[in-house]
Amino acid sequence: MIAVELFKLVRRLRTWISIGLICALPLVVAIFIAVTHLAPPPGQGSAFLSAVLDEGQLYPAAALALVLPVFLPVAVAVVAGDSIAGEASAGTLRYLLARPVGRTKLLVAKLVAVITFAVLAVVAVTVTSYATGVLILGPSRAAAVGTTPGGLAPGSIAPGAGGSPTAGLQPGAAITSLSGTPLTTLQLIERVLGAMSFITVSMLGVAAIALFLSTLTNSAIGAALGSLAALVVSEILVTLNAATAVQPYLPTRYWLAWIDFFRQPILWRDIQRGFAIQAVYVVVFLAAAWANFATRDVTT
Amino acid sequence: MITTQDLTKRFGHVEAVRDVSLDVREGDRYGLLGPNGSGKSTLVRMLLGLVYATSGSISVLGEPVPRHVGRVLPEIGALIEEPAAYPHLSGRANLRLLDAAGPGSGGGRRTRRRRVDAALEQVGLAGIDRRPVRAYSLGMRQRLGLAAALVRRPRLLILDEPTNGLDPRGIRDIRDLLTGLNAEGVTVFLSSHLLPEVSALCTRIGVLDSGKLVLQEQLASLQEPTGRVLISTDDPERAVATLDGLVERRDGADLVVRSTDPAALNARLVAAGVPVRSLAVQRRSLEEIVLDVTSAGSDQFGVPA
Repeated sequence: MIAVELFKLVRRLRTWISIGLICALPLVVAIFIAVTHLAPPPGQGSAFLSAVLDEGQLYPAAALALVLPVFLPVAVAVVAGDSIAGEASAGTLRYLLARPVGRTKLLVAKLVAVITFAVLAVVAVTVTSYATGVLILGPSRAAAVGTTPGGLAPGSIAPGAGGSPTAGLQPGAAITSLSGTPLTTLQLIERVLGAMSFITVSMLGVAAIALFLSTLTNSAIGAALGSLAALVVSEILVTLNAATAVQPYLPTRYWLAWIDFFRQPILWRDIQRGFAIQAVYVVVFLAAAWANFATRDVTT
Repeated sequence: MITTQDLTKRFGHVEAVRDVSLDVREGDRYGLLGPNGSGKSTLVRMLLGLVYATSGSISVLGEPVPRHVGRVLPEIGALIEEPAAYPHLSGRANLRLLDAAGPGSGGGRRTRRRRVDAALEQVGLAGIDRRPVRAYSLGMRQRLGLAAALVRRPRLLILDEPTNGLDPRGIRDIRDLLTGLNAEGVTVFLSSHLLPEVSALCTRIGVLDSGKLVLQEQLASLQEPTGRVLISTDDPERAVATLDGLVERRDGADLVVRSTDPAALNARLVAAGVPVRSLAVQRRSLEEIVLDVTSAGSDQFGVPA
């Protein structure tokens, strides 16, 4: 069944259009920066963006930061929200279940397909933005990339600038350099891979919420919008001081923790918490989706 | 093959199916009749484990449903209301997908391909090309839906409105196909609101009215001769005189005569010099049978042109 769901995913035009759009955003940004030579000043704008004129190789990180807040979660929510509700409204759900495909099995296959979609999107963004970075942004200075943007409002890299080697460990520092410990190409690859997997996992919470809503309604768009509404609430509460008490449990609380992969050494605390909170969301909402779907009348 | 006991389904306050005790036997061509909204589709969905009963029990192919529905569904081919397919894929790709989604691979790639092709041929779609299903006509979609039901060579076919959207030739093709499969041992259970279709195809009928099964019987025994003979003659006056007392009704040249022996009746008329144009044993039509047992709402029964 998983193979069937993957086949449906790759044979669907929507999959490739949405991935294309996700990849187009960083390309557009890169073109503007390359033409004007106006990168945001360090500490402002999207993460890593201030550095990309100097370090084209770093553009994948900047690109991931660009697509993370809106494009990626919207695409994942649309795919996940469509998974059961779309089949229900098209009438194909009843034929799958009568084939028979067990309801639990179907739900798992759908989740696997959604995760695959998120992986595809993240990989596509990384690959295309690497090409973009190398081809149209700053001259690649190969291995010597000193990267340590600080905190949740990350700044960027100022290669060669002075600074304490330990400053990168202090969240909140706007610009930090680790001139003593530049990242080798291998390290950079490792960290980009780490960031990619963290961002993919960060999408699982949205995916699980959308999948759950998808079992509640026959409207795919309703399920997608519902899960996005939950994300918007979460993003607002994350910045609200009055909501400090619930912040550790919000699905978007640790979304930016992947930036910690670019510290030297890697700051694992928030990364681990980010993985953990996504796991909790997946378990809770998948269980709810299963409980609802397994007992529900299929009348469409 | 299918038995239900006091099966009831409520959606909120609406009782869609009430105390239905269905009995479909092996080898039957069973027609479930009822107007739109009488509960046919809900009943079919319950048999397939898609909708859960409020009370009562279901047994299909000897297994309790929905508890062991996973065991019986592989042996059932189903058409549940309209056919549905992924519109951007071709008909063949749709069938392969559905076939692959089922339990067990059911053989290698080549076996599966052959199985899909055979099903397409059975429903008259052998020549379909790579066009996506969204370009199909209603009739082609219906045929594709039937092909999907046939792919795994089921022992039992559960078909909801199988000839929906087909032209007269298509209806005839499907009737022949179902009769042929039935002769090979496949039990056919179909629901319809089209009386002529059921009349031409089925050996046994059930009638649903507002969720209740108001009749379930062999069609042949429902259509036993009524003890009357219909006669059409150019000389009705003399016929009435000859058959004094036996004529129940006269409508121009047509007579309804009480008799259980049409041959004797004919001999008598011929002997008296009455020119008989036609003479037929009266049987109740399916329409009369159904209208007899259903209540006022049954005016929704459709009789196609």
